[in-house]
Amino acid sequence: MAYLPNTDADRRSMLDAVGARRIEDLFSSVPAQLLDPRLDLPPALSEQELVADLERLAARNRPLSAWESFLGAGVYRRFIPAIVKATISRPEFYTAYTPYQAEASQGTLQTIFEFQTMICALTGMDVSNASLYDGATAAAEALMLAVTHTNRGRVAVSAAIHPEALGVIQTYARGRNVEVDVIAHRDGVTPLDAVRATLTTEHAGLIVAQPTFFGTLEELAPLAEAAHAVGALAVASVDPIACSVLVPPGDAGFDVAVGDGQPLGIPASYGGPHVGFIASTDALVRRLPGRLVGMSVDHAGRRAYTLTLQAREQHIRREKATSNICTNHALMALAATIYMAKMGAGGMRAVAEVSAQRAHALASRLAELPGFGVAFDAPFLWEFTLRVPGDPARLVEAMRERGIVAGLPLGDALLVCCTEMTSPAAIEHYVAAARELAERPQQVAV
Amino acid sequence: MSAAQQPDTAWAGEEPLVFELSSDYTGGPRTVSAGVDSAPLSELIPSSALRTSTATVPAVPEPTLARHVGRLARRNHHLHHGIYPLGSCTMKYNPAVDEQLAGLDGFASLHPYQPDADAQGALEVMWELERMLCSLTGMARMSLQPAAGAHGEWTGLRMIQAYHAAHGDTHRTRVLIPDSAHGTNPASAALTGMEVVTVRSNHDGTVDVEDFKAHLDASVAAIMLTNPNTLGVFETDILEIARAAHEAGALLYYDGANLNALVGVARPGDMGFDVVHLNLHKTFSTPHGGGGPGSGPVGVAESLVEFLPVPTVEKRDGAFHLDHERPRSIGKVRSFYGNFGMLVRAYAYIRAYGDTLPQVAHDAVLNARYLQARLAPLFPMAVKSPCLHEFVATTRGSRVQGLRATDVAKRLIDYGVYPPTVYFPTTVPEAMMFEPTETESKQSLDQLADICTAIVADAERDLEFVRWAPHNAPVERVDEVRAARHPHLRWRPSD
Repeated sequence: MAYLPNTDADRRSMLDAVGARRIEDLFSSVPAQLLDPRLDLPPALSEQELVADLERLAARNRPLSAWESFLGAGVYRRFIPAIVKATISRPEFYTAYTPYQAEASQGTLQTIFEFQTMICALTGMDVSNASLYDGATAAAEALMLAVTHTNRGRVAVSAAIHPEALGVIQTYARGRNVEVDVIAHRDGVTPLDAVRATLTTEHAGLIVAQPTFFGTLEELAPLAEAAHAVGALAVASVDPIACSVLVPPGDAGFDVAVGDGQPLGIPASYGGPHVGFIASTDALVRRLPGRLVGMSVDHAGRRAYTLTLQAREQHIRREKATSNICTNHALMALAATIYMAKMGAGGMRAVAEVSAQRAHALASRLAELPGFGVAFDAPFLWEFTLRVPGDPARLVEAMRERGIVAGLPLGDALLVCCTEMTSPAAIEHYVAAARELAERPQQVAV
Repeated sequence: MSAAQQPDTAWAGEEPLVFELSSDYTGGPRTVSAGVDSAPLSELIPSSALRTSTATVPAVPEPTLARHVGRLARRNHHLHHGIYPLGSCTMKYNPAVDEQLAGLDGFASLHPYQPDADAQGALEVMWELERMLCSLTGMARMSLQPAAGAHGEWTGLRMIQAYHAAHGDTHRTRVLIPDSAHGTNPASAALTGMEVVTVRSNHDGTVDVEDFKAHLDASVAAIMLTNPNTLGVFETDILEIARAAHEAGALLYYDGANLNALVGVARPGDMGFDVVHLNLHKTFSTPHGGGGPGSGPVGVAESLVEFLPVPTVEKRDGAFHLDHERPRSIGKVRSFYGNFGMLVRAYAYIRAYGDTLPQVAHDAVLNARYLQARLAPLFPMAVKSPCLHEFVATTRGSRVQGLRATDVAKRLIDYGVYPPTVYFPTTVPEAMMFEPTETESKQSLDQLADICTAIVADAERDLEFVRWAPHNAPVERVDEVRAARHPHLRWRPSD
């Protein structure tokens, strides 16, 4: 049996001890008509067969490592120092439960406290929670926090935030009868005049992204001011590594910062598990969803950590809780913590700068080619929206034939990303392939 | 000291925070250079967008960081250290091979926006897993997207709302939930904007059918149940409850937290449940990770399939694809397609057992019954009914007057045992909820029972000593009141 330690002799003696004749007797409270359904399951596999089966399935995929990739769009291929996986592969961390019993969970609790502190340092906020599922649900939770805090029923969302986040916000809002006003982007950023024209005293919050989904940079402070002018909360969805080089949302006057920690040492893994974070001003701490770890002392007066402010949470407050979060993404938060501790703010700045330099180099090289150009005038960091000759989807296909994942087609343009994993040789290859296709437009034009 | 009071020397002493191990905010490890013709960042983007302050995240030299991790690791209880009998949490062994398989590059390096053609293996895993979970639950289809059990609850309730709305039934705004239910049930219901109505449970935690029927009217959208319930007792009136619910036009929601009792033995779909969420990090052995990531797939009966979140995984002519075009879907519930890495592990787990999976439930129940029998002389049981995969004992009425559940819990830590879930369900005073799972051996259960015996003996001899436990853990009892009164949620240089 795969993972069952008891022998038939053990089972026999245990049945005797509980006064049962057969295993079936243990299920006598279940109506007979429900018992032993016909299951459509394949036969059991040995570990060797299991490995072969999963290796076959993994080999059917063509992951980014098999390509020269320029695909980002919210999930980034960044270099992961070995100590990250070495840490989260330790059973002391990955097999542990939510740290309810503080005395037996100081390791997990301290790493979460470190995570909270680092997220605060990067975002410039006062407090961070212990993690959420992902950036998209974190964005939705932030707006629901704003709805509860202001007791208002509308939220405003920049169309330049990640489309996955927009989708999740709409689902959360529909359930709560919250109206969502989507503010169209202009030139890849959120137009301040449109924000001012949209926001009213019925709005609970405004959310924008930095960088935007299109890779462009918002001017943050006036957006926060516009939200505050109507008494709404200002929420920023940010990339944690970008925070090491950009004005952090806390400094720009935002009340809540959310985002996805995937760039911090977490593989793409077909979209999950990643890790969401949410950080806020001190004033909102009791509204935060999910777990919080606090520093306290033990009876001997030694520093000790524990889950705290649990009076916000579902297991205490039930239907009056700030959220229903129970299981969060602690192990992914640990990965992010170790990544951040290994890299430091300096290391994160370095990879941010290299990513930006490569992206800008690629963008200017491509702009020299006929029909190619950066679609928006707004400044960008390491991802840009590329105008291409003809249909971007066709261009992507033609580039695939040359071993290149050229980016994500967005209607009439292409979202292109560079990181420290995008080699200068790959950039040369991209430019050469694009030049070849630009010179032979019949290959891409529709 | 008696032998029973020997310290567990596996714990490490106090460990500084990373912020106290390094204050290098500008250096860091060697990274690659750009290798392209480009100006510095300060010339690429406007200075108004650039950060001027230093983010105080220190770079910690790797040898220092490695030791920090190693010492913190020793300050955690974990499954490779000892039994973890947390009721409702199903802390079963996490197969080593599943970690290896989820880390295969073909899975780990796959980007969610790669075309379906590049992701055929991943989509096949998801398609097959959905079918196996449907077979085990008796549901028509399943969404693998919810990230955790509570997220699955919320997703399921959103589908129930959509179902009623599609039937023009917009007045169904109430959800009936027993008082013994998991806290996430009412919290999830409240997040959908529905009103929670608490239904009384009987002394054994089962639904008080008369009280339940008295609440059942045209305003009820759903009834949320856990079966077996939080006392580990099978809901014997389930078929009558389902009949009455459906007759009143309400839907029945199954909280799958306790499925380990019945996996492969009986199916929620056959009991009449319309929506079911599973916790892959419980029944299907994906690791808990110190509090996640989990995975909370949600299954539905045929009548709710059209409301499933987008995208679903479909198969056509032997090829798999993601279907985003589902006009009646409740929409997106999270980014991308779920916690895929957890789905790989659960798929591998089910394939390892295959059609022998019911043995998991058999052994899980036998282990719980055996442990209950061993502990019965020490602690009164909350209910007389025979338990399935877990049971609730109480210190109230034990041999030692004044012994509290928290005292037993903290003293267990001294013996290298993680405590059971305590003070839940709230309907039982001084509750201790034990769930040993099927991956504990008889030997390990006997050891736990012996330790509990020793603890009661300790308490009989010297209750104060037990009240001050733990004595051998990395820290003594943590002052949780102070933590809540003076929230200290991040490190500051003055600490």
